[in-house]
Amino acid sequence: MYAAVRNAATVRWYIAGAALAVYLIVIPAVFHASPYILTILTTASALAFISAGVWLTFHIGRINIGQGAFALIGGYAGALAVVDLGLPFWFAVPLGGIAALAVGVVIGLPILRLRGVYFAMVTLSLSETARLAALSFSGLTGGAKGVVNIPLPGGLSLFGFTLLGDFADINKHLAFYYLGALLLVAGFAAMFRIVHSRLGWLFRSLQQNEDLAASVGVNVAQLRLVAFAISCFLGGAGGAFIASMQQSIYPASFQVQDSIYFMLYCFLGGLGYVFGPLVGTFVLFLSFEFLAGLNEYQPLIYAVIMIALMLGLPNGLLSLRLPRFATWRAWFGLRAEKDDGAA
Amino acid sequence: MALLEVNGLGKRFGGLAAVNDVTFSVAGGEILSIIGPNGAGKSTLFKLISSFLRPSAGRVIFEGRDITAQAPHRVARLGIVRTFQETTIFREMTALDNVVVAHHLRARASLGGFYFATRRARRDEAKFRKSAREILGSLGLGEVAGQRARSLPHGHLRALGIAIAMATAPKILLLDEPFAGMNPEETDACVAMVRGIRRRGVTVLLVEHDMRAVMRISDRIVVLNFGRKIAEGRPAEVRENPAVIEAYLGRPDDELGA
Repeated sequence: MYAAVRNAATVRWYIAGAALAVYLIVIPAVFHASPYILTILTTASALAFISAGVWLTFHIGRINIGQGAFALIGGYAGALAVVDLGLPFWFAVPLGGIAALAVGVVIGLPILRLRGVYFAMVTLSLSETARLAALSFSGLTGGAKGVVNIPLPGGLSLFGFTLLGDFADINKHLAFYYLGALLLVAGFAAMFRIVHSRLGWLFRSLQQNEDLAASVGVNVAQLRLVAFAISCFLGGAGGAFIASMQQSIYPASFQVQDSIYFMLYCFLGGLGYVFGPLVGTFVLFLSFEFLAGLNEYQPLIYAVIMIALMLGLPNGLLSLRLPRFATWRAWFGLRAEKDDGAA
Repeated sequence: MALLEVNGLGKRFGGLAAVNDVTFSVAGGEILSIIGPNGAGKSTLFKLISSFLRPSAGRVIFEGRDITAQAPHRVARLGIVRTFQETTIFREMTALDNVVVAHHLRARASLGGFYFATRRARRDEAKFRKSAREILGSLGLGEVAGQRARSLPHGHLRALGIAIAMATAPKILLLDEPFAGMNPEETDACVAMVRGIRRRGVTVLLVEHDMRAVMRISDRIVVLNFGRKIAEGRPAEVRENPAVIEAYLGRPDDELGA
């Protein structure tokens, strides 16, 4: 049995390694001259990064339909830092994350006391509130016109050594692709570490029983806030990245619908797996981009997928397993010993 | 000096006084039971002491410190740890992980330290794992350490709930109806378990319905009725107390228990 477990784990690492190689080497090599495909993949990377935050709030047992709000806050913060304050692009993404984190902490303090559908409803309304706020405070946000013509990233050099050229002079789509990849890999590496450290165990203890966690001395309120703050940071940083890439941000850039999609990406990939939001985002976002003709039916299809998932695959895509070798043999008529208890 | 003093404690829910002016104290190393008919306010008193409810009146003094209305995790940090009436556990974790997580209070490393797996954090984790195995073993759960908690039988779950509490190295353990729903053999095993806990130097305060077990196990008993304390004393004294007989023991139905 242990050998089987080890093999399965090894196979999973091989698959992950192969996917990473394709993502970092094969795709840029093949598509370096296809701005459309690179842009879509870059967007998918950023969306997966944002969804990781939603996944983390699920991990403490909260349904978060407010990530669009934090992506929007981060997007505006990053855009305004570059446009109004004249800061270089490299500050936009961290500043977007920090702005969303700050707002998230202030909002999270009261609302994280809520559970279940109440928390979900409040976060849902946050998405809409953020959009309306962006529309109303036009002095700062430019109202419906949004913030446009965000300058492209300048070059990056360290001690006079050029790390990256000015985005106006180089293949900016490829450069953004790599930045998105950096964001994704760093984000999910950090998440992986959270989930596998004591922090992750404490988050899971909250998800499974907050009272019991408090009874053994876990500061429940503080940890909930930590998880939510990380979630908001991911939302804000991802939002700022997308705004920089699209060189614009509008009140409608992230709205209720997007918040719901972030949640759906997590469902699709699997709430029990830290890479769930990554798989969910790439599968769903890319399949819709490449099936552009279906666009008007998108909400309908999303709804059907959601219902089908809950009925048939409640633990998400990553809970699918390749049939075991014994099963293959049985299919091809080479019956091994019968699996008891499998029926 | 008393380890824990409950002083004029009261809790009102609207017009109902669930607990009314209750005063008693717990000495270090004793097993004290709180009994009373259904609705006497036992569980409310329990939640007040462990700070899961805020009292409307009175004080809880632990080791000479006023701990009234502190957050539950702070009270746990001081050494007052409760178990739950239902089988409350972390369902999706293994029995071992349940107890490892519950060692949180003993962590020397910070959360950041655990994130970056510093040497101190790794030492903590190794220590917790070892200690968790010891606790599980001492409560007869050594065999099922690797099993997912939700698949464990009822008796094991109760023991696991106690193991989780023990992981915090409490000074005083509050057991909420530890014998509920147990058959006589299971009750015997559980009585032995509670005595074992006391032998490790932990003071035990328990709320219980099962009169026979309470009479066997307790050093002293506090009897509640309609939120008020009506008697206090050693089991033999309480058994003879007319007020208690009238309120509780006089009714054979109650003695049969749930």
